[in-house]
Amino acid sequence: MLDGAETYITEDGRTIGGTVMEMRNITLRFGGVTAISDISFDIREGEIRAIIGPNGAGKSSMLNIISGFYTPQEGEVWYRGSKRPQMKPYEIARQGVARTFQNIALFEGMTVLDNVMTGRLTHMHASILSQAIWRGKAEREEIENREKVEEIIDFLEIQSIRKTPVGRLPYGLKKRVELARALAAEPSLLLLDEPMAGMNVEEKEDMSRFILDVNDEFGTTIALIEHDMGVVMDLSDRVVVMDYGRKIGDGTPDEVRSNQDVIDAYLGVSHD
Amino acid sequence: MLYKIAGQFKTTYRADQALYPIREDAWLLGVILVLAWIVFPLTASEFAFQTLLIPVLIYSLAALGLNILTGYAGQLSLGTGAFMGVGAYACYKMVTIFPEMNLIAALLLSGVFSAMVGVVFGLPSLRIKGFYLAIATLAAQFFLIWLFEKWAWLYNYNASGAIQVPNIDLFGVAAAGPLASSVTQYYVILAMVTVITMVVINITRGNQGRIWKATRDMDIAAELIGINLMRSKLMAFAVSSYIVGVAGAMFVFLWRGAAEPNLFDIELSFRVLFIAIIGGLGSILGNYLGAILIVALPVVLNIVPEWLGLDIKSATLEHLNIMIVGTLIVGFLILEPHGLAQLWRLAREKLILWPFPHEGRQ
Repeated sequence: MLDGAETYITEDGRTIGGTVMEMRNITLRFGGVTAISDISFDIREGEIRAIIGPNGAGKSSMLNIISGFYTPQEGEVWYRGSKRPQMKPYEIARQGVARTFQNIALFEGMTVLDNVMTGRLTHMHASILSQAIWRGKAEREEIENREKVEEIIDFLEIQSIRKTPVGRLPYGLKKRVELARALAAEPSLLLLDEPMAGMNVEEKEDMSRFILDVNDEFGTTIALIEHDMGVVMDLSDRVVVMDYGRKIGDGTPDEVRSNQDVIDAYLGVSHD
Repeated sequence: MLYKIAGQFKTTYRADQALYPIREDAWLLGVILVLAWIVFPLTASEFAFQTLLIPVLIYSLAALGLNILTGYAGQLSLGTGAFMGVGAYACYKMVTIFPEMNLIAALLLSGVFSAMVGVVFGLPSLRIKGFYLAIATLAAQFFLIWLFEKWAWLYNYNASGAIQVPNIDLFGVAAAGPLASSVTQYYVILAMVTVITMVVINITRGNQGRIWKATRDMDIAAELIGINLMRSKLMAFAVSSYIVGVAGAMFVFLWRGAAEPNLFDIELSFRVLFIAIIGGLGSILGNYLGAILIVALPVVLNIVPEWLGLDIKSATLEHLNIMIVGTLIVGFLILEPHGLAQLWRLAREKLILWPFPHEGRQ
């Protein structure tokens, strides 16, 4: 694990700040199955943090703990310097944690624009009466947030489909719309659950570029799960490696690559 | 040709978010409003008011209320009839306790009572979904009807067990009760329906509408992007039951003139649900189209054989009506789950392109 919370500057000139989120001795059980056992790691301001591991290692469960969908039996989640109490997922979202999903979870009956607008709802506070007459605060909020959303639509290059119902879109674009929805919340921590699953090389390149741009331009801290090793090693500043619910490695891509436990987990061990 | 989007440029988000971004839509709406506000009331006969115009508006409003809950927020309800009853009984109690009360105020306030009852019976929705929730709202339906029968205070200890609408003036004109004329009642209903529809359009196209649709489409994702599902669902029950309650109060006060508890039984719930389904779940326009179809069908079935000189018994006609409605529901569920409103939407898309299929779309 890297040392404390000192700020440092990466080779490509980005500033990595102090710890944003810290997982301390997390254990998660489903009945008799231990999905995650005693894992600790931290996520630092401005970095791209990857969680990797073979299937069933507990990566998605870990992301679900961060976003509050699962509550661990043991361990603590520390967010911005204080222990996070038991919270509902929507409250955690309002703290600035946004995410995408492994299996796309868009609102199929709505247009792209409306889907991305839902990402802004934590920023909209007009009362239902104001919305009912569509005057004053409600109308103003609708226009201001539309401007923000359009910036993100431009950023992710989905202008041409903004009024298309999401159900009609191909898979790769849906993934991008989902990223747009998460970005619209202007999160301080962005969780990406396999952002490149099921994509071809070109789409993966696009998505990688978007992830790097998001991190670079908005300074968003990103935690991602990914299977494509090449992508992970290229994108991330630090990597956590999980296997069977345990942490077997943590460090920069180079450190992880040369870690014997990690090599064993991925390539198997010869029993001689 | 008829619909032309070429040349209608939007330069601000305000203009793009306007209610009718296409000019032709606004014109069409204008024509409908002129028909509803001027042409129909001037030309309609007493029969047309009582069997077509007034019931269409009242059923549309009830379906609009249900549509918020079922079509927008995705919570199935079979208790619509009973919630209409709550509105009607609340209105009855208010106008008999405070005879000086303004009729419009009484109608609007009666929705508050049905909204509260709706929220209480909406509580199960926090734990259960789909058919199971439908059964829970069915419990509301039976419980409330039982309450209307057994709680004599509700109908002022009337020997018949029914509520009778007293004569009520509105700005010096008899608006409810035996003395009221149909045209007055029609205008009161039309004004209420117009205003409530505007409000619902605004709510459903804005943030609250997106919250409801997100709850409907994928509740887990909705919660993880920051939607308080409990608030979203209970808000849907409250707004929906409010509108249904107002519709129920108008149903009795401005149309039927009297009501027994069984007027609000499950059959009424189903009728409103059928209107919402045939019209189109998740649409505003659909409620009106559905109500026109369901209300006009029996009238047309009664008139057409007469014109053709056929002698069909009225019982047969009634059965024919039930069979046609049943077929329509099955047909729509299979062929066009989004109802008549979707048919109009497709026709409109075609009209925008016609006759130049490469012009563009909106």
